[in-house]
Amino acid sequence: MQFLSYLINGLGLGSVYAIIALGYTMVYGIAKMLNFAHGDIIMIGAYIAFFALTKFALPFPLAVLAAIAVCTMLGVLIERLAYKPLRQAPSLAVLITAIGVSYFLQNGAQILWSSSSKVFPSVISTGSISLGSASVSYLTLLTIATCIVVMICLTLFINRTKTGSAMRACSEDKGASMLMGINVNMIISITFAIGSGLAAIASVLLASTYPSVYPTMGSMPGIKAFTAAVFGGIGSIPGAFIGGLLLGIIEIFAKAYISTQLSDAIVFGVLIVILLIKPTGLLGKKINVKV
Amino acid sequence: MKKMFKTSLAVAMSVCMAAALTACGGSGSASSSAPADSGAAAETTESADTGAKIKIGGSGPLTGPAAVYGQAVKNAAEIAVEEVNAKGGLQFELNMQDDAHDPEKAVTAYGVLKDWGMQVSLATVTSAPGAAVSPSYAEDKIFAITPSGSSTSVIFADPDNLSGAFGNVFQMCFTDPNQGTASADYISGHADLGSKVAIIYKNDDNYSKGIHDTFVAEAAAKSLAVVYEGTFDDSNAQDFTVQLGKAQEAGADILFLPIYYDPASLILTQANGMGYKPTFFGVDGMDGILGLEGFDTSLAEGVYLLTPFSADATDELTVNFVNKYKEKFGEVPNQFAADAYDCIYAIAQACEAAGVTADMSSADICAKLVEQFTSMTFSGLTGSEMTWNANGEVTKSPKAVVIQNGVYVGVED
Amino acid sequence: MKEKSSVFSRFGDKKNRGRLMSFALVIIAYIAVEVLLKTGSLGSMFSSLLVPITCYVVAAIGLNLNVGISGELNLGQAGFMSVGAFCGICVSGILAGSITAGIPRLIIAIICGAVLAAVFGFLIGIPVLKLQGDYLAIVTLAFGQIIKSIFMNAYIGIDTEGLHFSFVESNFKLQPGGKMLLNGPMGATGTQKIANFTIGTVLVIVALLVVYNLMFSRSGRAIMAARDNRIAAESVGIPISRTKMLAFVTSAALAGAAGALYGLNYSTLVPNKFDFNTSILILVYVVLGGLGNMTGTIISTVVLILLPELLRSLQDYRMLIYAVVLILIMLVTNNEWLMTKWKSLFSGKAKGGA
Repeated sequence: MQFLSYLINGLGLGSVYAIIALGYTMVYGIAKMLNFAHGDIIMIGAYIAFFALTKFALPFPLAVLAAIAVCTMLGVLIERLAYKPLRQAPSLAVLITAIGVSYFLQNGAQILWSSSSKVFPSVISTGSISLGSASVSYLTLLTIATCIVVMICLTLFINRTKTGSAMRACSEDKGASMLMGINVNMIISITFAIGSGLAAIASVLLASTYPSVYPTMGSMPGIKAFTAAVFGGIGSIPGAFIGGLLLGIIEIFAKAYISTQLSDAIVFGVLIVILLIKPTGLLGKKINVKV
Repeated sequence: MKKMFKTSLAVAMSVCMAAALTACGGSGSASSSAPADSGAAAETTESADTGAKIKIGGSGPLTGPAAVYGQAVKNAAEIAVEEVNAKGGLQFELNMQDDAHDPEKAVTAYGVLKDWGMQVSLATVTSAPGAAVSPSYAEDKIFAITPSGSSTSVIFADPDNLSGAFGNVFQMCFTDPNQGTASADYISGHADLGSKVAIIYKNDDNYSKGIHDTFVAEAAAKSLAVVYEGTFDDSNAQDFTVQLGKAQEAGADILFLPIYYDPASLILTQANGMGYKPTFFGVDGMDGILGLEGFDTSLAEGVYLLTPFSADATDELTVNFVNKYKEKFGEVPNQFAADAYDCIYAIAQACEAAGVTADMSSADICAKLVEQFTSMTFSGLTGSEMTWNANGEVTKSPKAVVIQNGVYVGVED
Repeated sequence: MKEKSSVFSRFGDKKNRGRLMSFALVIIAYIAVEVLLKTGSLGSMFSSLLVPITCYVVAAIGLNLNVGISGELNLGQAGFMSVGAFCGICVSGILAGSITAGIPRLIIAIICGAVLAAVFGFLIGIPVLKLQGDYLAIVTLAFGQIIKSIFMNAYIGIDTEGLHFSFVESNFKLQPGGKMLLNGPMGATGTQKIANFTIGTVLVIVALLVVYNLMFSRSGRAIMAARDNRIAAESVGIPISRTKMLAFVTSAALAGAAGALYGLNYSTLVPNKFDFNTSILILVYVVLGGLGNMTGTIISTVVLILLPELLRSLQDYRMLIYAVVLILIMLVTNNEWLMTKWKSLFSGKAKGGA
C-alpha cells in the first residue's frame, strides 16, 4: 500500500519541519522577531556533525552533542551581537539584521568549507521495515520518534519549570515580567539557546535523511518551517508541531497525487486557505486590541 | 518613540548618501583609470613572464547555491593557464568573475570583464546566464567558448528553431539535445539494461529539462516505454521518496537521471533506503558522484552514465590534471573542471595556430579563432579528435561507463 | 485635477522639501549619468547596471508605499515583478511584428505589465488584506511562491495560427517557425532588448509622482491613519480595506511596471529570478532607506546594488563583507548613542560654518 508509505514519509519530513518550526516559534513568541538566520544555524549544525563524524571520528551521540553545543553557543552569540542591540529598534530593522546574519553564515560556510556538498555519513541504521508492499526506513521512524520526544520535553519544560514560566511571562508581557524580577535579557538568551539547540537536532535528522551538506542547505527547510510555524499559529508550541507535521504530509501527498511540479503552489495554497478560515493559524491566539 | 525613529531614519539616509557619494567617487575613479584596475588584477593568475598577455575572461557562480560549478571551472582554468604560461611562448591572463548563476549578475560581470579589456572569453559556466550574455559576445565580437553552458540558448538566438547561431560562441560540453538522444539510443540498444524507463529531472534547470525533452522525443521514436516522469526543483531538491515510490509503482526497471550528481546522490541513497533497485542511468552531470566527500560509493554500484570525462581514467593527461587539482584545491575535479581545462588548451592551440598575439584587438582575435575552431581538431581531457561546427556545437563521442567496485569501467558498445 | 497639480504647487512649502529633493536627485543623477555615458567615461559594468537599478528603484518605491505608508509587510513583491516581466515580454513579443520601433513597444509593454500586475494585486489583495501582521506577511510570501510556480509551468507561444497557451507541456505544439514566448521553467529566451535608461528614469519619476500624489491625498492620509491606529481610523469612518487595497494595488502595479522594464532589458529571463530572495532584497532596500522615505529608498537601492559590484575585488569574500556591512548599518542606524554623537557632530559643524 503506497498510501501508507507516503503518509509515514510525510510524517518524517513533517517532523523535521516541526523541530525547526519549534525554534522559529519560540524565538518569535518571546523576542517577537522572525529569525531568518534560523535555517542557517541548521546548516552550521550539519557541518559540525559532519566533521565530528568524519574528521574526528567521534561516535554518533557525541557528534550530535557537539552540534548542539556549537549551535547553542552560536545562537546565543548571534543574539548578543546582532539582535540584542536592536531590542528597542523597529521589528523590520531586526528582520533585516537577521537576513544579514543569514547571508553571513552562508557565505562564511562557503569560504570555510567550500561550496561543494559533502555527503553525511549514514550512521543511523539504513534498514527498512516493510508494511505490505511499501517499506519505511528506520530513519524515518526515528525522526518521528525524536520529534515527539522533543515536543514532550519542550512542553514539560515550558509548563513545569521556573524558567519555562518565566518564558511564558515574557511572551505575555515583557514590561510586567521585568517588574516581577525576571531577567528578560537572560530569558531571551535562553530562548535562543534552546531554539538553536533544536536546530542542531533538526540538522542531524535532516542531514541523515537527506545526506547532502552544503552552505545553502538550511534556507529552504527554514522557509518551509517558518510557513509551518505560521500554519500552526506563530508563537504556539503545539501549533508549530502540528503545523510542521501537516506541512510535511501535504507536501508529500501533493507530490504523490497531484503534481510534483506544483507541490509548492499547493502547499502555499493550503496555507492561504487555512489562514483565511483561521486568520491566526490553527492554534494561534486571537489578540484583542484594546482601544 | 516615533520621532526618534524618524530622526534615526533621516540619519540613516544621510549615512547612505555619504556612502553613495563615496561609491560614486570610487566608481568614477575606477572607470576613468586604466581598464586593468586593481580589482581585476587581484584575480589574475601570476606568471613570471612579464610579456604581454592575452586576457581571458569568464563568469560563473563563485558564490551561492551553484558555486560548486563556478569554483570548479575557475580552479581548473587557473591550472591550465599556469601550465600554458609555464611553457613559455603564448601567455594568458585569467579573470573569472562571479555571476551567482543569475543572468542579471552575468551581464554585469560581462561589463566588468569588458572594462578589464577581455580579449577571449570562457563565456559563462551555467546556461541561463549564458543565454543572457551570448548576444553581447556576438555584438561585441569577442570569441567565447563555454566550458559547460550546455543549453541551445547559449549558442542560438532562436533556440526553439535552432537557428540564428551567434557564430562566435562555442561549447566545450555537449549540447543538451545530443545527450538526451544519445542516452535514449543507448538504452533502447541495450535491452538487458531494462525496458521500462522512469525519469526524474529538475524542471527549473535548463540543462536537465533540455536533456529530458530530447530523451522523451527520441524514446518515443525508438518506441522505448517511458512509464513515469517525476520532477523536482530548487525548493524541493531533498525529498525524492515520492518520485521513487511512483517509479517503483509503475514498474520501472531503469531510472534515467539527467541531473547533477548532488541530487543524484540523494536519489541513490533514498532508493537504497526504500529497497528499490532499478538500473540507474545518468549523463555527464552525474560524473563527480564518486568524488563526493563522504559518499558511500557502494550505492553507485552498477550506475551507468554517459560522460566525456572520468577522473579515474589512467591516461597521463587525466592523471596529471587530477593530481594537480587535488594538490592545489584538495578536491577531485569534476567534469566542469575538465571542460574548463580543455577550453583553455583549445584556446591555446587555436591561438598558436592562428598566430594570435596579445596586442591584437578582440575582434581580430575573434575572427581568427572562429576560423580555427571550425577547422581544427582538438584532443583533451574530455575527448579526443573533437571538432566544432559553424554553430559552435562540439562533436565528441560520449562514452558509456558503468561504476564497478567504486571506479568507472568503460562499456564496450 | 486638483490632485494632479498638487505635487507641483506644493513644492514651495517646507513640508514638501523631501519630495523636491527626491525629484532633484533623480534628475541630477540622470543628467550626470548621461554626461558620463556620452563622454564614454562610464565603464561597461556601470552601464549594464543602469536599467536594473531603475527597475529595483521603482519596485522598491512601490514596496515602500506598501510597507512604509500602509504598514503591511509584503514578502512577495518579486511575484508582482514577475507578472509584469513576463506580461511585458509576451506583449513585446506579440507586437514585435506590428510595432518595430522599440520605445513605443516598450511603453505599451510596461503599461500592460503594470495593469496585469495590478489585477493580480487586486485579486491577491482580497484575501491578503483580511489578515494582519505576520500572517499577512506569510500570505504574501505564499502568493509570491505560487506566482513563481505558475510561471514555471506556463507555456506561451506564438506562430502563424496565433497565440498558444498551455499549462501542460506535452499539449503544447507550435507550427514550424513559431516562437516560444514563455517556455515553462526555462522562461523567456531570445527577448529583444528594448529597455533603456531614459525610459527607466521616466518610470522612476512617474512612480514618485504616483506615490507622492497618493501619500498626500485624502486617501493617503486615510491609509496612514489606518496604519497608525486601525481602530481609531475605523471609528471615524475610514474604509480600511478600500484604502489599504488602493495602496496594495498601486504597489503591485509599480512592481509590474518595473518587472516589464527589467524583463525587456535582458535577452533571457527565468521564473526563478523572482523568488523569495528577490522579494527580500527589495525589502532590504526599503527598510534601509527608511520606511515611508522615498528619497532614502532610491539612495539605498542604488548603494546596495553597487556595493557588491564595488566589492568584486574581494572575490569570494565579497558577499561576506556585504552581509557584515548590512548588519553594521542596521546596528549603527538604530543605536541611539551613536546617533546622538553623529548628530552633534553635524550640528557642531553647521555652527562652526555659520
